[in-house]
Amino acid sequence: MTARRLPGRGLIDRSRPLRFRFDGRDFSGYAGDTLASALIAANVRVLGRSFKYHRPRGLWGAWTDDPNAIMNVTLHGAELPNCPAATTYAVNGMKARAVNAWPTAARDVKGVLDWFHRWLGAGFYYKTFMWPDWHLFEPSIRAMAGLGHVSRDVLEHYTADRTHDDCDLLVVGGGAAGLAAARAGAEAGRAVCLVDDQRVCGGGVYQQARIDGATPADWVAAQIDAILAAGGRVLTETTAYGVYDHGLVALVQNRGFGTAPRLIRMRAAQVVLATGALDRPITFAQNDRPGVMSLNAACELLVRYGVLAGQRLALVANHSLAAPARTLLAEAGAEIEIYDPLAGPLSALGGRVTTGLRQNGRDRVFDAVLVSGGQTPLVHLWRHAGGKLDWCETRQAFLPGRAPEGMVAVGAANGTFDLDPAIEAACAAGAGRPVPRPKTHFELHPLAPEPGGRQWIDLQHDVTLSDIALAARENYASVEHLKRYTTLGMASDQGKTSNMGGLAAMAALQGKPIPEIGTTTFRPPFVPVPLELYHGHRRGQLWQPVRRLPLEAEHRTAGAALGEYGGWLRPGWYGAGDAAARIAAEVRAARDGAGLFDASPLGKIEVMGPDAQAFLNFVYYNTMRTLEPGRIRYGFMLTEGGVVYDDGVLARLDAQHFVVSCSSSHVDGVRLHLEAWRQDGNDPDRIFVHDATQHWATITVTGPQARAIVQSLALDLDLAPQAFPHMTLRQTRWAGTDLRIARVSFSGDLSYEISVRASQATALWQALAAAGATPIGLEALSIMRAEKGYIIVGKDTDGETMPQDLGFDAPRRKKTTAFLGDRSLHTETAAMEGRKQLVGLSVARGKPPLAVGAHVLADGGPAARSAGYVTSSYDSPTLGRPVALGLVAEGRSRIGATVRVWHLGGVVDAQICAACVFDPDGGRLHA
Amino acid sequence: MGRYSAWNLFREGLRGGRGWQPAWRSPAPKPAYDVVIIGGGGHGLATAYYLTKNHGIRNVAVVEKGWLGGGNTGRNTTAIRSNYFYPESAALYDKSVRLYEGLSRDLNYNVMFSQRGMIVTAHSEPEMEMAARQTNAMRLNGVDAELLDAQQVRRLEPALNFGPRMRYPIHGGVLQKRAGTGRHDAVAWGFARAADAAGVDILQNCEVTDVIVEAGRCTGIATNRGEIRAGVVGAAVAGHSSVLAKLAGYTLPITSYALQAFVSEPLKPVLNSVVLCPPFGTYVSQSDKGGLVIGGGLDRVPSYGQRGNMPVQEAVLGALSEMMPALNKVKLLRHWAGIVDVTPDSSPIIGPSGVDGLYLNCGWGTGGFKAIPVGGYLLAHLLATGGHHALSRPFDLDRFVTGRLIDEAASSGIPH
Amino acid sequence: MQIFPCPFCGPRDEREFHFAGELGKIRPETTGQVPAQDWAAYLHTQRNEKGAVHEVWIHTPCAEMFVLERDSVSMDVTGARALRGEAAP
Repeated sequence: MTARRLPGRGLIDRSRPLRFRFDGRDFSGYAGDTLASALIAANVRVLGRSFKYHRPRGLWGAWTDDPNAIMNVTLHGAELPNCPAATTYAVNGMKARAVNAWPTAARDVKGVLDWFHRWLGAGFYYKTFMWPDWHLFEPSIRAMAGLGHVSRDVLEHYTADRTHDDCDLLVVGGGAAGLAAARAGAEAGRAVCLVDDQRVCGGGVYQQARIDGATPADWVAAQIDAILAAGGRVLTETTAYGVYDHGLVALVQNRGFGTAPRLIRMRAAQVVLATGALDRPITFAQNDRPGVMSLNAACELLVRYGVLAGQRLALVANHSLAAPARTLLAEAGAEIEIYDPLAGPLSALGGRVTTGLRQNGRDRVFDAVLVSGGQTPLVHLWRHAGGKLDWCETRQAFLPGRAPEGMVAVGAANGTFDLDPAIEAACAAGAGRPVPRPKTHFELHPLAPEPGGRQWIDLQHDVTLSDIALAARENYASVEHLKRYTTLGMASDQGKTSNMGGLAAMAALQGKPIPEIGTTTFRPPFVPVPLELYHGHRRGQLWQPVRRLPLEAEHRTAGAALGEYGGWLRPGWYGAGDAAARIAAEVRAARDGAGLFDASPLGKIEVMGPDAQAFLNFVYYNTMRTLEPGRIRYGFMLTEGGVVYDDGVLARLDAQHFVVSCSSSHVDGVRLHLEAWRQDGNDPDRIFVHDATQHWATITVTGPQARAIVQSLALDLDLAPQAFPHMTLRQTRWAGTDLRIARVSFSGDLSYEISVRASQATALWQALAAAGATPIGLEALSIMRAEKGYIIVGKDTDGETMPQDLGFDAPRRKKTTAFLGDRSLHTETAAMEGRKQLVGLSVARGKPPLAVGAHVLADGGPAARSAGYVTSSYDSPTLGRPVALGLVAEGRSRIGATVRVWHLGGVVDAQICAACVFDPDGGRLHA
Repeated sequence: MGRYSAWNLFREGLRGGRGWQPAWRSPAPKPAYDVVIIGGGGHGLATAYYLTKNHGIRNVAVVEKGWLGGGNTGRNTTAIRSNYFYPESAALYDKSVRLYEGLSRDLNYNVMFSQRGMIVTAHSEPEMEMAARQTNAMRLNGVDAELLDAQQVRRLEPALNFGPRMRYPIHGGVLQKRAGTGRHDAVAWGFARAADAAGVDILQNCEVTDVIVEAGRCTGIATNRGEIRAGVVGAAVAGHSSVLAKLAGYTLPITSYALQAFVSEPLKPVLNSVVLCPPFGTYVSQSDKGGLVIGGGLDRVPSYGQRGNMPVQEAVLGALSEMMPALNKVKLLRHWAGIVDVTPDSSPIIGPSGVDGLYLNCGWGTGGFKAIPVGGYLLAHLLATGGHHALSRPFDLDRFVTGRLIDEAASSGIPH
Repeated sequence: MQIFPCPFCGPRDEREFHFAGELGKIRPETTGQVPAQDWAAYLHTQRNEKGAVHEVWIHTPCAEMFVLERDSVSMDVTGARALRGEAAP
């Protein structure tokens, strides 16, 4: 008789049978089974293949420590890659397929690779594939590597949930120690949260016959009842996978197969680690064969799933915890033979699977070989949090040493393997009392691996004892070099089973004690978590929501082609059909009559207070202290490095009240910029900065007919050019609401920028449209401003552009007061020749516009070199020929010169001209 | 040293690998060397190698406080590229790519430089215009570049999000075919093995406790393994450059940040190239082993802690699920961080430190791995000749005084 | 994520904060002659201490700048105070 399900045992629900497929065969199980437990119950021995040699792999661990049984699992058409069978709860209808094996794990054709193992040892690929070229070999190596295939199908509803949470006491691990700690904490009045990664709490407690006189199940239920009764919480199927700065514990909560899990960012005043310990493998010949299983896995299969791993069992262990395990398995009906690994070299027998064990020349037949070479406390979270580890000679293990702030370890995680002292310590920890590490009754005989045969250290990655020996011989002796050279511990279990074996082997080879070898860094996540865990509902349009205009409904009614510009959803143009023709028509309408443009995203930052004038004079490149109330001035804000950060107009409403109008995409940045300088070096009580951008909608009427259109509003305002000239601002009222009207222009034509309370924008827009203004989109305005030579910062400037490069040199030379970036305008580089300057670029009528991003070639030299580039380029409907702006080295002194413009290998000629090619005298602007 | 070749691999396979020699020795420090290099990462080891190869200087020590290759060399996302805008950057990084192209055979160590191409996507028409500006600049700089449209991007990387709910629809991108990835540890080990074979002493677990400056000149270092005198000293200590500067008495325009990296479980091939989506600030490639290797921006907080924090994890990995929604079911296996040395213009500092006899190679920020060969090449030139190579001259510390910064972000119009 | 204490709003998620620079940078008086070296030092040189650091941060929701004292290795926050009056020349 081999592995089988025992009647009446375990925590599975036998009233709920289920069926699933594995590698094309049908199997049955019960609710509560993992894929692994159900397959072992059916005596399936080969559950996977190893990464490199494609050796058959059985189950090693019954939970997160199993590196072997990795499957792609499909349920209801959704396939998840690389699911560990030992932690995937079986669901009726699942289809599982072993990864990296074809056609099945049992009959994987790539198993032949193992024949060549002597040439495929640690790091073999560093020594070959160099001639003629790595690229010749790489594709086939890539195809061989990898575990599961990932489908390119998007799982539509696979959306994680991300939450924040907090508690006084977070207990990680719901075994005996964790339950006791949580209960003690809850009963002491603390807000307790207990997390356990399995569906049923209890950890290894079910391996006990009785606990406090009760059955384990009754005891666990009583503890949970007490925790809940005292107001505590118990989260099952929830794994603490990482501890981050300032004590943040990341929890991942399973929400069922095929549903993305929940991320809980937990803040706990204190964390009790009761994460338990893992069985450590023993290295002996052929110890990778299916059937060689951790002792704890065999016990857990029995007590949780009612599965006996085999009838005839060899038990290989070197410590005192093996005795109760033997009793447990024997009472379940197994025939057990004990092996002392120190009594002589061991070798697992068999072909594809283990059929027995050899020691000292004596062969015995077994169904499975159960192994425990000691206990490895799970200290991952302890290390994430910065806790130290101490080597314990008695236990041959790293135990928690100096504690990180707010964390305490209890139970097996703290090296307390005996139940009663573990519970006692846990109660103290839960209640907030100091936790001494109790004396242990644990006895262990240290083992050192001895050469002989192929002995596996890392089961998934096929790292053997001889690989460790090779690494030592080649002086990859540091533990990190060992890991990286051999790939030890880099498998999907991240070394949970292999690291200690590897350290012990390296220590033995070098004749050093294990602590001198050290450990590699414990990195999160403790268990692999789906990338979706970090994603959640912030997806699609919610990833970075676009900003919406108050007038969006008007634009939609007018047939606007809405697009994203600088984070805002704005009309690019209006009407369907040929976009270029529509845009050109809008330009002509605005140039001939009046255009109506929604400029609402334009920044409107109010700066007020007695020191506002001096402050703005410092913040702007241009002199602003002479700006009179009611007037507007164009200016630049520079970085302290002298680079143009933003441009726009500043309006002065009265002596202590200004409005900074910045580019729509720079509003947040300019606001912070102003705040930073307001508070640094100024008296913040005498300057006040307030971003009112979204309070005001701004509607621009532009074109020769603009005055007539605005006139139709019947405002109490003289619009005559002398009374309301260019670069002035007037405040008035219309239909019971305030208006601010600025005579500024981005089109080059007479323009009124009318700001109105956002809630009144629709009425104003409709009134202006009814008066005959044609709605125009951003594309038309972009053309018009380019015709006029007006720049868009970030498009027509780059991160090196200084104001003198744009033709604004006077403040640099003449401004007498300090201003931001002033000194940087006089560095060697700021003063050098050859700076890129803003110019226009013209091509002959009838030629296509220059490509934006094309480079202007430098004259001379053997090879083509860049002397600048085209930043804006349009077919101008106004002029009937292409217009372009560019940044060109020394461009302003080369007006009239012909340059070669290079784009993707092609060259065209263009002439450098002034940036402004429309109404250079400004007659239309000042009309 | 045993030469690495298919034949020797075959022969050693037959005899259990008994003939393989140590890749490098573990020598005791000598009291003095002609050149001492502080920092046993890729740049330091490459410097030692090129001192022996290009300048015939073999009396060299590399001191490393931990294990060689243990800093950012062993913590990065292994991308190698030269898709730079400014001629100075392009010349520097393209030299590095060219050195990488011959590196495996040069070092007799397979560093697995895989020129699988790198795509930087563009997600709007203005971004396409910037992509054109970039492509043209690269080609004028002598670097291969192709401007792709959306269909071309899709053919190369079908896993990218071309679905209707994509926040930033892909309009196209810039492809550098010669870019790719390398095996980061192998680069450190290959340089170490070759340098050691040429006589260089690699001193691991040797921490610098002080820099000896006599009469204004650096003449050696004090370490936990004793004092070591040097004719000249090179420093290639990345994120700890400011700490070393403090010891030696010079200042740097550097801020140290944690840069995180992520790797998923191994998968069968699903990605072809290195893909960077700028609006998401995230890039990804697939390693030969099959893991998705994912990187993004710096952590928000200046840091010397070699660990990452959740806000950036959520930003980077959440972004990956947006970029490639089919891969959101793939599991993250491990994440970690390195400490990177960020300069104001995100370009490196190569040149004199301000203390005579002490030369710098630092400030590589987030991109040091791709520059390992050229960084070593140029620091070796400085140490051997006392003067700049033409390629390193623009990267001297003096640019912060003259204002001649080399800021790649500046080329894309991002004010800083 | 880290928690920073805004002196005005209390403890908040690090994502609400923006690093503004090291404490103690004094802007040179630029109406006089400022040597290029001094300007470069002001613009670019960083102490970049490993261990205890004093920095200026801005809490973006309230837009107040403040001084944060923390450890750049352990990330422990050891103090926070308003910038007001501190950096005024």
